[in-house]
Amino acid sequence: MTDALVFPARRIVRRGLVLIVLGLLGLVLVYVLALRFTPTERFQGLPQKIFYVHVPAAWCALLAFSLVGIASILYLWLRDPRLDLFAESAAEVGLVFSVVMLTTGPLWGKPVWNTWWTWDARLTFTLILFFLFVGYRALRGAIQDPGERARFSAVVGILGLVLVPFVHLTVYLFRTLHPQPIVLKPSAPSLPWEMLRTLLSSLGVFTVLLLGFLLTRYGLAAEARLAGGDDAR
Amino acid sequence: MAEFLRVALAVAGKDVRVELRSKTALVSAIAFAALVLVIFNFARDAAAVSREMLAPSVLWITFSFSGVIALNRSFSLERENAALDGLLLAPVSRSALFLGKYLANLAFVFSVETVALPLFVLFFGVDLSGSLGGIILTAILATTGFVAVGTVFAAMTARTRFAELMLPLLVLPFLLPPVISAVQVTARLLAGRPLSEIAGWLRILGFYDLVFVTLCLLLFPPLMDE
Amino acid sequence: MTGARSDILLAVQAALQSPPLLEARNLERRFGAARALRGLSLSVQAGECHLIVGPNGAGKTTLLRLLAGLARPTAGTVVIEGGRRRIGLLSHQSQLYNELTAVENLAFAARLHGVADPARAARTCLTAVGLAERADDPVGKLSRGMVQRVAIAKALLHAPRLLLLDEPFTGLDLQATEQTLALLGAERAAGRALVLVTHDAQEAWDLATHAHLLVRGVWAFGGPREASLEHFLRRCREALRG
Repeated sequence: MTDALVFPARRIVRRGLVLIVLGLLGLVLVYVLALRFTPTERFQGLPQKIFYVHVPAAWCALLAFSLVGIASILYLWLRDPRLDLFAESAAEVGLVFSVVMLTTGPLWGKPVWNTWWTWDARLTFTLILFFLFVGYRALRGAIQDPGERARFSAVVGILGLVLVPFVHLTVYLFRTLHPQPIVLKPSAPSLPWEMLRTLLSSLGVFTVLLLGFLLTRYGLAAEARLAGGDDAR
Repeated sequence: MAEFLRVALAVAGKDVRVELRSKTALVSAIAFAALVLVIFNFARDAAAVSREMLAPSVLWITFSFSGVIALNRSFSLERENAALDGLLLAPVSRSALFLGKYLANLAFVFSVETVALPLFVLFFGVDLSGSLGGIILTAILATTGFVAVGTVFAAMTARTRFAELMLPLLVLPFLLPPVISAVQVTARLLAGRPLSEIAGWLRILGFYDLVFVTLCLLLFPPLMDE
Repeated sequence: MTGARSDILLAVQAALQSPPLLEARNLERRFGAARALRGLSLSVQAGECHLIVGPNGAGKTTLLRLLAGLARPTAGTVVIEGGRRRIGLLSHQSQLYNELTAVENLAFAARLHGVADPARAARTCLTAVGLAERADDPVGKLSRGMVQRVAIAKALLHAPRLLLLDEPFTGLDLQATEQTLALLGAERAAGRALVLVTHDAQEAWDLATHAHLLVRGVWAFGGPREASLEHFLRRCREALRG
């Protein structure tokens, strides 16, 4: 009996690659939109445009993290190895997006506020996500048996998902007590229409990229598993 | 229910007895806590930062880090002779096994904290009169939460090669909410602030405990289910 | 009917009527594409000793863990008459705590298994394996052979009907092996069933009533034990070559 993993692996990779190509094209369009057709913020100047990459990357990291959590819950319930593979892929993609967010932060902060890092709520939150992703991968890398690895990662995924609201809450409360210069905003409601439009477009494009990377990564890993040989990740 | 508790207490008792025989983990954790306190004393610019300002953070970093150290032994002793198989073979609920491990770990971490707190008062010259009760309550609330998560992670990392490194790596993000809350409460207690300012943070601690202890009790059986 | 024939007939009738102590059907253990065990069935009656041999990586330990209930099969069932309380597991690791004494280890196990008067039951079992004088010594101070005896005592503490053994002779010297075989033989004679996994068929050959060969997760062959060890080993070699 050939495995359930077999049938769509190639197809999934292809679909994923299509999404990536679409996403990258969209990204080019968004850059053009951001640089040419969106007004420059008066106070911050050109570096502010990193915002259109920075915020969607954070959104994608969180989305990926939620996918890991949901896949983890489903795995413990259904014990389907494909869910474990999906969670593994989502964690890897999420890690990449969180790194993008964490590097664009300083790139934005330094020219505008002359500081490489601030502990604003969003950056701190994404930093924690980053560490959770790293921990998740490290644990997976340290366990050989695939069933055990799937089980343990699922528990980490679920605990991490539940942790996230607590981190958000305590960091937010902490920050309201120790207000810092309003950095790495503007918050959405006060955005003028052109900026909001660019942000939302970028958000959409990034989500497409997320799905593309996720599917491609999942498909490739599924193929590798079938080729025999279990790639410990 | 009575059966559940009986099993948990038997496991906890066994863990405590094993540790009291060798004492290595307990002594190491206490020594670690003392050393951390010493380092903190020297690792600050005395002219720029007063002891009082730093005190809450120092206390909580000491408590949480030495707590994590103490947790490592929890499942490594079960791995030694595959004793864990013996536990899993018994016709007992796996959640009861977890509860037993958790209670024993609580006992250890509380023991470390009981030694670390007076040392902290000694080294940092902090006046705890009036705030001692509150600090003890905070310690109980915060420890209850992170030891639950730490016990689950200890079960997972015991089988890995770099367990002593993996456990802190996984647990530390989970320490963030309790430590942030505990530091806020401690700072306010030491400054003599009214209860109304503290209540919110204590509620967060309590809620964190409730959620994570329950979650860990529920997740332990599927974790052990090969 | 003559006395001998009626005895045989009664024995056969008894065997036919009593349900097997362990009935495993079509056990499968896989994760995704990788399959460790496939279509394994096994039926064990009281007083039998089933020898399971096979090369490393065949899945012997996995099978035993499935039978013990330590692992869940992906497919198939394991039915133990009387429930999982009826199982004792003895592996090459002792499942004991080195810092605790033999008595403390056994008393703890007794408590977990709900055995009445744990401390007394512990001492009784230790006496039965001949370790009464060393009962209050920490397990870490005992020799490997003695540790094995404590482990056997622990496995038998709750009067299991079925004993699962995973390479129980590993690391034992000749004397300890003899002692272990004697104890196991006595248990089998008393009506317990044994399933013994080993990579060396010779050690437990005399004990066995049935012998099976597991290769790459499937039975190569198995059934009531034949008379000649050499013949069995030859069949194993042929099966492994194929």
